[in-house]
Amino acid sequence: MHDIASSFINLDAITILYLFGVGFVGGLVSGFIGSGGAFVLTPGMMSLGVPGLMAVASNMCHKFPKALVGSMKRFKYGQVDVKLGVVLGVSAEAGVLYGAGIQEKIKAAYGDAGSNLYVSVAFVVILATVGGFVLYDAWKTYKSGNSSTEEKAGKLAKWIQSINIPGTMVYFKAINARVSVLFTIPLGFATGMMAATIAVGGFVGVPAMIYVLGAPSLMASATELVIAFVMGLGGSLKYAMHGMVDIRLAMIILGGSLFGIQLGAMGTTYVKPFMIKVVMGSIMVIVLFSRGLMVPVYMAKLGLIDKMGDTTVQLLRTTSFGIMIFALLLGAFIVLRAMWQGRQAERLQHAAGALEHGKV
Amino acid sequence: MAANSTKKKPVGKMLVMGLISLGLYTLLLTKQDLVNSTFAKGGWYALLPIITAFVFSFIHGSFTGDFWTVLGIEAAKKKKEIK
Repeated sequence: MHDIASSFINLDAITILYLFGVGFVGGLVSGFIGSGGAFVLTPGMMSLGVPGLMAVASNMCHKFPKALVGSMKRFKYGQVDVKLGVVLGVSAEAGVLYGAGIQEKIKAAYGDAGSNLYVSVAFVVILATVGGFVLYDAWKTYKSGNSSTEEKAGKLAKWIQSINIPGTMVYFKAINARVSVLFTIPLGFATGMMAATIAVGGFVGVPAMIYVLGAPSLMASATELVIAFVMGLGGSLKYAMHGMVDIRLAMIILGGSLFGIQLGAMGTTYVKPFMIKVVMGSIMVIVLFSRGLMVPVYMAKLGLIDKMGDTTVQLLRTTSFGIMIFALLLGAFIVLRAMWQGRQAERLQHAAGALEHGKV
Repeated sequence: MAANSTKKKPVGKMLVMGLISLGLYTLLLTKQDLVNSTFAKGGWYALLPIITAFVFSFIHGSFTGDFWTVLGIEAAKKKKEIK
């Protein structure tokens, strides 16, 4: 593995600023929804000439310290369930190993194009179903006019909470109920598998905590940061043991993302809980189109459909990456806008309160 | 931007942490070759990037947190009660 050392890229000021900037936006979004940024950062690093595995490893090595800082910040707001995060995080670790194993097998059997096709199809299928549902649910809440009221656990979550399997029941603060770990283990495992496959485990983990376990959105997105920390630490160690981490890249991205994650975490205290679903659902659905565009490229490479011209492939690749950046920027924009509006409302309320008490 | 005028802003702490953070980044980027060759050795050397990540997260995380506080950007005063 040591030959990988020869593939450390040269860092110039523009590359540093680019990584710092993407890190900031990625951090902002993950501080808010619990994850995000990896789907732009990994291909972003690869476009700079970083080998695929090193990009994944370096991304992971910036993820766990970022998640640590974010989860500590959100812990202060009472939004983190450490026990749930650790329980899900440990099973997610197993999911990461299993997911990475599947990736390796697919790569060995069908090459890079096969592996990329698998990743893209997983992206499209999961984001279409889960992302579509999250966005639909947020829309329903918005239309119902009850967006300010506390979220209630859905039917599925209530059913899961009602099942008592002796010896496996654990109380979780986030859901204020006892749930069997036999339900949390597969959820954590799926989160880890997603993290190993599409780099963003939170796209499964957060909706799973909300809809399957019945956790409120704010708690689910905050607890996801604990999962990301546990998963990221284990993953980074594994990659670092093979010398795959480019610590310069990881720390530059971290430099930007720690500014972002603080802001994103603070943003959650200003918004109505359904905004978490709005941001997450919107990003998921947009990223789905981005990955969907690449499916025919990989299918053509595998000979499943007619060959495509180089110009078409390049055009699709650039458009796909552009859409991903757009998804991340849109997420960041919604977070900042919601935070701004929340602050304005708070100020107005404060001024009105002061007037009422005759202070002004 | 100032939202809280009664609480003292952590300007001093921000500056100290900011300077340490800047120092760490300068060290990392000026000693790139040494860092790359040592940190990518694998095996037990894997602890180096992990420890580095923790150190940066502590120092730079503290700096960025105070940075926003000094700018007056803080969490909402009325915390949302979540059960």
